[in-house]
Amino acid sequence: MNPLVDPVGVVHYLVVGAVLFTAGIVCMAVKRNALGVLMGIELVLNGANVNFVAFGSPVLRADAGPLAIDGPVIALFVIVLAAAEAAVALAITLNFYNNHSTVDVDRADELKG
Amino acid sequence: MMPSTLLGPASLLGPTSLLGFVAGGGTACGFAMVPLAAVNWHGLFFLAFAVVACVMAVAVVLADNVVRMAFYLVLSLGATAGLFFLAGAEFVGAMQLMIYVGGTLVLLVFGVMLTAQAPFVSIKTATGDRVLAGIVAASLLAVLLQAAFSVHAWREPGRFPGDTGGVVEPMSTPLGMALVGVRVDDPSPGLAQENGGGNGDGSGGAAAGGRSGYLLPFEIVSVHLLVVLVGAAYLARAKRRRSSRELSEAAR
Amino acid sequence: MASFLINTLGLPAWLAWTITATVSAALILNVMAVGALVFIWAERKIAARIQDRLGPTRTGGKFGWLQSVADGIKLLAKEDLMPEGADGLLFRIAPYVSFCASFAAFIALPFAFDFVGQRLNVGVFYVVAVLGLEVFGVILAGYASASKWSLFGAMREAAQVVSYEVPLGMCVVVPVMLAGSMDLVTIAEKQAGWFTNWYLFHDPFTFVIFWVYFTCAVASVNRAPFDLAEAESELVAGFHTEYSGLRWSFFFMAEYGSMFLVSALASVLFLGGWNGPVPIASLLGLSEGTGDTAGYLVRLVGCLNLILKSTLGVVVMMWVRWTLPRLRIDQVMTTCLKYCTPIAAVMFAGAMLWSFFLPGGLVGIAGRRILSRPAGEIREGWLKGPGGRGRDVVSSRPITEAAMMPAPLHSDDGRRVSR
Repeated sequence: MNPLVDPVGVVHYLVVGAVLFTAGIVCMAVKRNALGVLMGIELVLNGANVNFVAFGSPVLRADAGPLAIDGPVIALFVIVLAAAEAAVALAITLNFYNNHSTVDVDRADELKG
Repeated sequence: MMPSTLLGPASLLGPTSLLGFVAGGGTACGFAMVPLAAVNWHGLFFLAFAVVACVMAVAVVLADNVVRMAFYLVLSLGATAGLFFLAGAEFVGAMQLMIYVGGTLVLLVFGVMLTAQAPFVSIKTATGDRVLAGIVAASLLAVLLQAAFSVHAWREPGRFPGDTGGVVEPMSTPLGMALVGVRVDDPSPGLAQENGGGNGDGSGGAAAGGRSGYLLPFEIVSVHLLVVLVGAAYLARAKRRRSSRELSEAAR
Repeated sequence: MASFLINTLGLPAWLAWTITATVSAALILNVMAVGALVFIWAERKIAARIQDRLGPTRTGGKFGWLQSVADGIKLLAKEDLMPEGADGLLFRIAPYVSFCASFAAFIALPFAFDFVGQRLNVGVFYVVAVLGLEVFGVILAGYASASKWSLFGAMREAAQVVSYEVPLGMCVVVPVMLAGSMDLVTIAEKQAGWFTNWYLFHDPFTFVIFWVYFTCAVASVNRAPFDLAEAESELVAGFHTEYSGLRWSFFFMAEYGSMFLVSALASVLFLGGWNGPVPIASLLGLSEGTGDTAGYLVRLVGCLNLILKSTLGVVVMMWVRWTLPRLRIDQVMTTCLKYCTPIAAVMFAGAMLWSFFLPGGLVGIAGRRILSRPAGEIREGWLKGPGGRGRDVVSSRPITEAAMMPAPLHSDDGRRVSR
């Protein structure tokens, strides 16, 4: 288990992925800046990516087998979709800023009953 | 790092520890001091990248200034790319560097600059929210870690890259082939047999067992990207009339 | 080198690798630092010549060759200023971000057959990706300076670099497609032989795309006529307005480092890498792959070859800088989106079709086939008669076919891995 002695295994990557995921969730929850929320989403997706790569890596596990392709491919799709999502979200944020002169998501309450 | 000969107990462990090094990072992470006959560079680099990725991710949460958040995020994602390289997924690592760090984050900082009213704008979060989020985060992290450690197969150590002859098999070619719908890695025989036995020709064998590559998702993603391109350009287009009216109002 | 340490000196593997890594890093750092010194001096002399001046003449004797060293000492002694309203952490760290990005890209750059810091399976992709990170230091610097000039420079830089990565990536893909590999070493190896084997002369499309690549490369490293981030006639000095002393010089080292890098990448991708225009080594019967002294010398000459080509590229960049006026920001964007991107896309398609339908080249490029093929093959081709030109006697297997084969999975034999 000690990465300084034993080879690094899947579980080490899972821990990193869990930390990234949690940080992203918290970031999405507490940030009031729309761009901060966006960064939280990126972190979440990245934490998931770490897991995908870890499960598919032939270095980390001897029994990766055909997952050696599946893991990286899914990670690639996640990266590409994250880029697309960031572009659209940024456009929405800019639009919001044009209309309200702020990027504080708590101020986006026009439809509140 | 310091030679373990300087550490009394470590040098007692045997002649091999005369050559041994103790990595300072290991103690900081709570691991026991272990004299090593050889420095495990793979593990050392993994630790370095993992610590940077995690610490910077937490720093993103704690920071208030948006550009600083973006900077920490860059470090975190860059370190994650390093982790991908260490895991043998070179293509994903390079992709991460190019699209995430080079593209998405520059875009984000660009957005920060376009939407900042004053220099170094920061929108504070209430302290109560922070505390609540901390509690939720701790419990979520506990659940995730428990899940990660619960499966025995995942806890098995991996391989040293040296064990595979110094290099990991290049993965970009089969990856690219998988994206255009051809699985060059052998289809698992068990699945092929379940679906009525492997047929003679290679293409049928590849299609059997449901592993026929990723052509359709690839096409969907490319069309999706096109839609996003058009949509983002439409959403963020300059609104001439509105801005000119605002300008005239400001002039009044 | 690691194998030498392990086998000859009997060092343990990890120590050998550690020493090798340290030496490689030191060498690369030296290439950057010394390169920056030489290029700054060269830029002054070239600028002076183009403007009918003499440039530095006094420091260090005849040509003022110690001028950049003197400048360096002056910069070291300068006070490190920071504006009062600046964001301290980001302001301090920004130059190092730029420098590290530029430095990290050198890791995957092959200087000769075995002279490569870390041979990466995705070398081209990695270099382009890391080079794109350099912009981040510039943006941070511009934002953290709390100065309008800096902010404007940074925003221009962000828009410009993100846009230019599109055509740049498209240009880079063409040699990758022709070689069937993203490994820089493999790409350069495929261009071995006479200069007609270089991808620059592979077909008309690659010839055009080389120039598109060079234009985009100049833009992506922020050199004139695309240096809008530091347009001194409008923005004082752009993103580094507020910087002084050593931090400022780090920006300069990063700039000259990436200039050298994109030129070296151009020479690996299009100009044959370390292969000279005439294959002297193979004519003499030497092989660069062997481990003996002769092979080492061949590799050293190859290294010189690459540095010479890259320096030539840098000199051309300087020439362009002191010849052309700076573009406006809208003109920069027009150049990228309306000219470079469509041209690159069409050329990409063209090169693809060319290598599919005319893998052996046109009749007019027959010389290339004769020069690049072993004598026996040429004789066979002639025996087949004059009608034999075309697909059946092509010198090399069609690249597309080679790329489609699953075999390259294990194409690297162990020989290449040892350093």
